Amino acid sequence: MLTDQAGKGVHHHTPSPEHSAQIPLRTGGELLQLVSPEGERISHPEFDIWVKDIGDEHLCSLYEDMTVIRRIDAEATALQRQGELALWPPLLGQEAAQIGSSRSLRDDDFVFPSYRESGVAYVRGAHLSEIARVWRGNASYGWDPMRINLATPQIIIGSQSLHATGYAMGVQLDGANTAVLAYFGDGATSEGDVNEAMVFAASYQAPVVFFCQNNHWAISEPVRVQSHVQLADRPTGFGIPSMRVDGNDVLAVMAATRVALDRARKGGGPTFIEAVTYRMGPHTTADDPTRYRDPIELEDWAAKDPILRLRKLLEAKGLLTDDVEARVKSKADAVAAELRSSCIDMPDPEPLDVFNHVYSTPNPWIERQRDHYSRYLNSFNQPAEEGAL
Amino acid sequence: MSKLTFARAINAGLRKSLENDPKVVLMGEDIGSLGGVFRVTDGLQKDFGKHRVIDSPLAESGIIGTAVGLAYRGYRPVCEIQFDGFIYPAFDQIVSQVAKMHYRTQGRVKMPITIRVPFGGGIGSPEHHSESPEAYFTHTSGLRVVAVSNPQDAYAMIQQAIACDDPVLYFEPKRRYHDKGDVDETLDLSTALPLDKAAVVTAGSDVTLVAYGPLVKTAKDAAMAAADEGISVEVIDLRSLAPVDYPVVEASVRKTGRLVITHEAGQSGGLGAEIAASITERCFHYLESAPVRITGFDVPYPYSKLEMHHLPDLDRILDGVDRALGRRNSLSGLEG
Repeated sequence: MLTDQAGKGVHHHTPSPEHSAQIPLRTGGELLQLVSPEGERISHPEFDIWVKDIGDEHLCSLYEDMTVIRRIDAEATALQRQGELALWPPLLGQEAAQIGSSRSLRDDDFVFPSYRESGVAYVRGAHLSEIARVWRGNASYGWDPMRINLATPQIIIGSQSLHATGYAMGVQLDGANTAVLAYFGDGATSEGDVNEAMVFAASYQAPVVFFCQNNHWAISEPVRVQSHVQLADRPTGFGIPSMRVDGNDVLAVMAATRVALDRARKGGGPTFIEAVTYRMGPHTTADDPTRYRDPIELEDWAAKDPILRLRKLLEAKGLLTDDVEARVKSKADAVAAELRSSCIDMPDPEPLDVFNHVYSTPNPWIERQRDHYSRYLNSFNQPAEEGAL
Repeated sequence: MSKLTFARAINAGLRKSLENDPKVVLMGEDIGSLGGVFRVTDGLQKDFGKHRVIDSPLAESGIIGTAVGLAYRGYRPVCEIQFDGFIYPAFDQIVSQVAKMHYRTQGRVKMPITIRVPFGGGIGSPEHHSESPEAYFTHTSGLRVVAVSNPQDAYAMIQQAIACDDPVLYFEPKRRYHDKGDVDETLDLSTALPLDKAAVVTAGSDVTLVAYGPLVKTAKDAAMAAADEGISVEVIDLRSLAPVDYPVVEASVRKTGRLVITHEAGQSGGLGAEIAASITERCFHYLESAPVRITGFDVPYPYSKLEMHHLPDLDRILDGVDRALGRRNSLSGLEG
């Protein structure tokens, strides 16, 4: 079973009201919010029931996960600056979107992420070294996808939305009640593959959730370059119900994701979620957002920081005790230290590993090149022959 | 042994795979009630149901991308790309996902996907219906590429492709769909010639002639015509384009010392170039003359009234054989 890094189960029971949630085809407008930026709990007639099981301890554990993945993000960014990682795609600002959605999943659900979902990987049970190694250049995958039901980070934008839809079609053929969730960003909604995924998902009513983190920036391009309408309005044309949620509100994200997963499990077909959030950092450590972004915008969003918001809610409820603070801090410190040491201690791959696993069956072309390169490498160990050409 | 058309032979192979493995699913445009525009999947949806023979939306990237997801889930999708020239919208999914997933995951995720592509010209079609895009895919590591030339191979190799744990592009010569041939439907696949092996289809001793797909028949006809002139041509049906079965080609060239390669695809960067280079590297001291390529021109596939000039035919192949043998040919006296 999946456990998160604290060893606690992440397979939370999702409340399943008698009736399936009826989500109308969206006609614009409302942003679902259950916690205001000031940390006040906002009551909602339809969505409250979907988070009513989230008690004090559960809230604190969400806070812990969000804090830990922010710390992973900071540590990884530092490791990149120190030359230990080749690149890192920061998730700063997207902690509620990633934790709220991934903590809504069941173990048997299958997730197809983009490359920025390190927080999701953490929740699904990826080891820290597995999260780091793709970005260190030691492997092109992090974790075993079949161990934690999480596909490898996908770098081709939006490609994974089709994989998720195909997987969901397979779930249907199996008659299983597993749900499938695809993560992608605002930029991906312009890709043909995401649009084709919505066509396929709608045609076959596949049990897939399209979870779009609208972080407002596709490298340097603002979301208005991608779309003239709200992203949540796009699926309407495909006949896919959608929700627009405050992506910095972990409770709203959980409620929406649970509704969508429940619809998928009950044969209700695909759902699209636009989680409105903000990429507070650069696109990757190779990017420089000061060239294209107004610092005022960043300040505005800093005031809507997802962790700050949850802290305010916890404070108001009297839950943010010294004990909780100390526990969370020590957890984050320990995770950061483990990330650092597992990254630095990671053994380099062997030169001939370059030839491994191109095919699952023997391939004479590859084997010939392996043989020749091996001889070439060995030639450095042999004494030069006199008069040899 | 039954007499089947090429298309029926593939159909029979698909049927066998659907019967033998519940994880096999077919997807593609018009493959269901219509049975495919070439009727290759005729009757399969009726017999196996809409959930196993899936009429897909008209989106090639979508077909291949969802096949990736189905493979993740443990299925063995067989995708039909309706025509060669329609494969390009799926190019990214094939090259970036299907081909690389096994390597990316270091073997944790297999992609047993078969992509059927009717290919080649000679049927008088408008643009985009007569192309030979195989070299794009033979250049792509992680893919297996095969081209079938006769009903018996079509029947066996479609099943072998589907059973293969690696992704296979299966090129079908559409101008041969109606050719009939003997097919042994009791064939034991475990003893059949493996998917990645070439076959000597006409034995000979003077020149090695390598062909695949639609031109194997043309090459065999050319060998017969050459025999009338006392020239013994050994014809190799490559069958597998990636990997190429070099030991078979090498053994032949060591015997004949001369090599002619023919394909419908253009010459530059084509499979013929790769084979000529590899054989030259491996058999240089056995070669009596430079390898010769008889191929389509390096032009977009022409309009149908001109396609007979573009496509290598018996006489052009024989002209190439003459060149390899140093006999009088159309380029005699021309330097370089």
